[in-house]
Amino acid sequence: MTSLAELDAIAGPGEIMEVSMGPHHPSTHGVFRMDVRLEGERVVRLKPVFGYLHRNHEKIAENGAYLSAIPYTDRLDYLCSMTNNWAYCSAVEKLAGLQVPERAEYIRVIVSELTRFQNHAGLVGFLLQDMGASGTPLMYAFREREKVLDLFESLTGSRMMCNYMRFGGLRVDCSAAWLDEVRQLVTRLPRFIDEFENLLRANEILMARTQGVGVLPRELAISAGITGPMLRASGVNYDIRKVDQYGIYDRFEFRVPLGDHGDVYDRYMMRLLEMRETVKILEQALRDIPEGPIMDPKVRLRGLRPKVGEAYGRIESPKGELGFFLISDGTTSPYRYRVRPPTMINLTVLEDMCLNHNVADVVIILGSVDIVLGEIDR
Amino acid sequence: MMAILPAEEMKAKIEAGVPGASVTVHQNGSPSAQHSLLVDPEHGRAVAEFLRNDAELKMDFCSNVTGVDWLDTETTEKVKVKKTVGGPDGTETEQEVEEVRKTKTPGYLEAVYHLFSMEKKHGPIILRMRTANRSAQAHLPSLTPVWRGAEFQEREAFDLYGIVFDGHPDLRRILMWDGFVDYPMRKDYVPPADDVVVVEVNP
Repeated sequence: MTSLAELDAIAGPGEIMEVSMGPHHPSTHGVFRMDVRLEGERVVRLKPVFGYLHRNHEKIAENGAYLSAIPYTDRLDYLCSMTNNWAYCSAVEKLAGLQVPERAEYIRVIVSELTRFQNHAGLVGFLLQDMGASGTPLMYAFREREKVLDLFESLTGSRMMCNYMRFGGLRVDCSAAWLDEVRQLVTRLPRFIDEFENLLRANEILMARTQGVGVLPRELAISAGITGPMLRASGVNYDIRKVDQYGIYDRFEFRVPLGDHGDVYDRYMMRLLEMRETVKILEQALRDIPEGPIMDPKVRLRGLRPKVGEAYGRIESPKGELGFFLISDGTTSPYRYRVRPPTMINLTVLEDMCLNHNVADVVIILGSVDIVLGEIDR
Repeated sequence: MMAILPAEEMKAKIEAGVPGASVTVHQNGSPSAQHSLLVDPEHGRAVAEFLRNDAELKMDFCSNVTGVDWLDTETTEKVKVKKTVGGPDGTETEQEVEEVRKTKTPGYLEAVYHLFSMEKKHGPIILRMRTANRSAQAHLPSLTPVWRGAEFQEREAFDLYGIVFDGHPDLRRILMWDGFVDYPMRKDYVPPADDVVVVEVNP
């Protein structure tokens, strides 16, 4: 950490300006603050400040039963409640040794890939909005996201706080009509991605503002524990769907897009390319989904008492590695409940990416990380 | 995810690679069977560097870092003790008396690290380190110099559990505000009553 005196030595006394960006700055996507020191327009120091949305999620979950934590996980990354549910359920399933029926595994993949799609669509929309492309790209993205949320609403009763998965399966089954609606949506998605890509991919302003900005070198990305599209934009081939093959991801054919430069443009393109792979997975899952039960009848949802022990379960959430670490002491509530929040750890390198860039670039670099404060602050 | 080596072999490998380190296998009774390795804090940093640099292991990715609070425990047992009891007439007789003995085991704070390898695509190796007690000696070596990814997470364990990570480049509170005094994730934390207004003067 550079001290103020050292900063003065760089620029001469009194020439460093301290700007507090946030917590109510619209580009921070919530209540996130950056303590920025500037020399003119140039960033010489940047410290992220968290905690404005802290409600000690982990403690609340440790005081309740295993089941009662599921609706709370919805409120971590509130754009992706389905993947949060899945990560928590997979940790409990490991801890208690539960099996998930085949049909439930398929539905989990379908809803999670839909979540990934709407998250990425939202992110590219917001990123372009941050760059000054006011309105249009964001509305295009939200039009598509809306269709996914409608599907979630008809399946679970809620658009964003889905509370859908249970350890050992799912809360409710989906109907054949619902699956047909998803199929119809999935056939339309490639057109949306084409349209969105053609709209701005080769746009001169977009390229000028994003290429070579906020470069994250490969070695730093690995050492800092960066995960998700941000890691892969730096050229590291690490997708937990491929590495762990959790659930039934070994049955689907899809590729892992990789970036070359690790700049904002690569991170932007990574989302567009991943949306295409998501469509491929959705097509295969919708083709192969079998009939059958969606819940293991032997699982006791209420009053689950796993044996004394611990488990770490992780999945590839749209934002990176979402992990849950649980310690059981043999009672009905977890002794330790820990969330490994991907976006908070992805912010470790925010300062490294922003140094020597202009203030205006900070907004874009932060936008390309894809943060949600519900998860960072917990 | 694949386990790299059985825990016992991993222990032997680390002890051979880091002279002087004492590693204990911490068995996990749950079906997940994710056994972990308890490392003595003195050699924590050296063990971490060994795991990261070893050509076979290459644990380059520190995924999850967290604290766990284990309270002081008190076990009571009834013991029969022979005692000389003085009678009313002045004679002394030996009698067996039941006594309740309490043994206190001091609690400790624990830091747990989940390590993976992005290059070799294997893991996890789970490291644990324990502090000497829960108050004055809650110190552990920071592993942030080995993996940058531990930076914010160690700060969080410091903030919520009060584990002081020696060698951390920027150890400040992260989620609670700077003037806050207690550690809210500890098991014996008592939240202030709702009607108490805490007024803070600049810390």
